[in-house]
Amino acid sequence: MKATVHVMLKTGVLDPQGEAVHHALRNLGFKTVNSVRQGKVIELDLLDETDETDVNDMCEKLLANTVIESYKIDFS
Amino acid sequence: MRAVIIVFPGSNCDRDLAVALKATGIDVHFIWHKDTELPPSVDLVGIPGGFSFGDYLRCGAIAANSPICRAVKTHADRGGYVLGVCNGFQVLTEMGVLPGSLLRNAGLKYICKMTSLEIKTSNSIYTSDYRTGDVADLPIAHHDGNYFADQKTLDKLTGDDRIALSYVDNPNGSKLNIAGILSANRRILGMMPHPERAADSVHGGTDGQSLFRGMASALAKV
Repeated sequence: MKATVHVMLKTGVLDPQGEAVHHALRNLGFKTVNSVRQGKVIELDLLDETDETDVNDMCEKLLANTVIESYKIDFS
Repeated sequence: MRAVIIVFPGSNCDRDLAVALKATGIDVHFIWHKDTELPPSVDLVGIPGGFSFGDYLRCGAIAANSPICRAVKTHADRGGYVLGVCNGFQVLTEMGVLPGSLLRNAGLKYICKMTSLEIKTSNSIYTSDYRTGDVADLPIAHHDGNYFADQKTLDKLTGDDRIALSYVDNPNGSKLNIAGILSANRRILGMMPHPERAADSVHGGTDGQSLFRGMASALAKV
């Protein structure tokens, strides 16, 4: 079983990296980009018997800092 | 008086912090992150600056979940004193011992320079040798020192007089110019600037000495 965790800064939290990427895209001539938010993707290779709620705990305890970040888990 | 300094792989201000503490007569021991308990009768735990675990995942996140940090949490919950400097501040927020978080600097650059800091409260052992409103020059050296917390938390920190230090000229985008905050019981201080790098005349500044001096004299009375 695999889980993909997407971690993003919450709305309202300044994302200077996303803004820098936005600037760079504009400088390349891509004028249609309204805004950019940058996050990270964490792939977990799991034993088949893994409890899906454990992955939630992993996010809460380590993979995301819920003060500033939100997360989304996709199982496949 | 006894202090321990936690050493993580990647800590690089542990010895500087030890020198500054020892200069005030405090007995200092180092403790490795894989240890599971603090020595008995520890007054102060120091969490030094550096790049624990290479800043992987988030600054301080891996360190905050290391075995020794469970003991540090117990020490903190018991009302023990903890000083976290730079990466140490990041570790304390990741542990949930202090509120908020430290984001990437607004200008995206690593900043290493002397900064002027206003002492916002002298009501803590760490700031007792300063007067409220004093300006101290201390160096900063960080990439992720942009203090963030939600408005409710910021209001609470302000209302409870828990902002210890603020930047005179905000270098990194921190909310309310925050450079250091105290816990609710005022015994835990997390700060981005490095007082241990301004604690000896050869450092090019001695404004950090008051922090260690005030702390040592307050702890002597505990």
